[in-house]
Amino acid sequence: MTEQTDFVEIRHAQKSFGALEVLKDISLSVTRGQIVGIIGSSGSGKSTLLRAINDLDPLTGGEIWLDGVQVNKSLPHRQYEKHINEMRQQVGMVFQHFNLFPHMTARENVTMAPKMLKGLSQEAADKLAEEQLDKVGMLERIDYYPSQLSGGQKQRVAIARALAMKPKLMLFDEATSALDPELVEEVNLVMKRLAEEHMTMIIVTHEMDFAASVCDRVLFMDKGVVVEEGPPATMFKHPTKERTREFLRKHIEGAK
Amino acid sequence: MDFELMLKVYPFFLEAAWTTILLSVLTAILGLTCGTLGAAARLSRFAALRFLGAAYVSLFRGTPALIQLFILYFGGPQIGIQLDAFEAGVIGLGINAGAYMTETIRGAIISIDKGQREAARTLGLSSWQATYQVILPQASRLMVRPLGVNLNMLIKATALVAAISVIELTYTAQRYIGSTYKPFEMFLLAGVLYMIIIYVVGRGVAWLDRKVQIN
Ligand SMILES: Nc1ncnc2c1ncn2[C@@H]1O[C@H](COP(=O)(O)OP(=O)(O)O)[C@@H](O)[C@H]1O
Ligand SMILES: [Mg+2]
Repeated sequence: MTEQTDFVEIRHAQKSFGALEVLKDISLSVTRGQIVGIIGSSGSGKSTLLRAINDLDPLTGGEIWLDGVQVNKSLPHRQYEKHINEMRQQVGMVFQHFNLFPHMTARENVTMAPKMLKGLSQEAADKLAEEQLDKVGMLERIDYYPSQLSGGQKQRVAIARALAMKPKLMLFDEATSALDPELVEEVNLVMKRLAEEHMTMIIVTHEMDFAASVCDRVLFMDKGVVVEEGPPATMFKHPTKERTREFLRKHIEGAK
Repeated sequence: MDFELMLKVYPFFLEAAWTTILLSVLTAILGLTCGTLGAAARLSRFAALRFLGAAYVSLFRGTPALIQLFILYFGGPQIGIQLDAFEAGVIGLGINAGAYMTETIRGAIISIDKGQREAARTLGLSSWQATYQVILPQASRLMVRPLGVNLNMLIKATALVAAISVIELTYTAQRYIGSTYKPFEMFLLAGVLYMIIIYVVGRGVAWLDRKVQIN
């Protein structure tokens, strides 16, 4: 047993969907408070890796550790479900398509899980909703339904919903990819504020400028492997691998 | 057309219509129960339950309801099932309707975007908590209209129990034809009463559908 110093540790992650091997022996560790960006072209396995961390797409090989506890340990079904629900409470996830609950107001979206899982009273839950929605600048829309919100507003509510569980780690899977360009900034601002509070985050993104400005480390993935990683200054200015250079050429020039 | 005769027998038809309504209500309750269980089985994580659910649906949708009623009512006593005609009607039609409702309910549930369940699960909800907090409230809104169609079919299918002598609308019409030799008037009377029942139920379903829509 190696000593468990890293906050998130992925060891030899391997994932296949049938015959298709999507993650090929990926190892990665993230320390507390670190912000890691993952870039790479579509289909390279970024989402699958992120989703493996909270077991939405269970690995077919390797281990995921969070704060000294193995996420994907083998247990009988019932015990595993209990274990994984506890683990997931500690990990917030933000999706490309928001996945807000359309039959609930912003307030209810934020308070449903804390009420169910932590037994919060209505008053405590309301206070939590106000606090979290205020943090993402959505307090005024607290009693709006998702259908009454813009994409950027929906995503901010989705972030508040995840934060309301007081997670130790936040996962973002292309949180701004589905947004109209003019709505991207309001979501990026919320994420930057989280970064300033030293929330540990793993951010899959196709926005190179954003990755460069908030991430401590950037990983470039291609075809299920991490091709190259390093601090953004090095990764974006002096990538060493040809595949990285090619990707960045397309993406940075393509954006201009 | 013999309006005088229609006016004379019409109270008996009204009474029969109550039987049709009672039969429909009980069948709908049993159908919904079977449909809910059937859908739960078809969506279960256990293969054996999924198989049972699928077998139920294909068996009861794949054979005529009339044959199912005959097997239950006439064939039942041979295997120790003694039911009066009304009971056999409710049970036979209810199980049959349940097969259709299984597919309706299942269809509504699987049409909910899978991101909804994922979002609930990432917050830490169990599978069952995600189902009843997030999936069912959305799916049940989608079910109202198609279950209304099932209900419409079910009400019309109650006419089949005339074949096992339940004294409901269709049977009553046939009986009066025997004594009056006026099939046109008698079936017309029954038809109008069916139409009224179905119209009222249809409006009720439309009202409920509007009421449960989000916003
Ligand atoms: N549930 C799934 N079943 C089968 N293949 C999948 C599934 N999810 C993802 N894949 C495949 O895995 C590969 C990586 O997907 P993904 O992790 O979504 O890539 P990225 O997020 O980098 O675009 C793709 O080829 C994709 O088609
Ligand atoms: Mg992706």
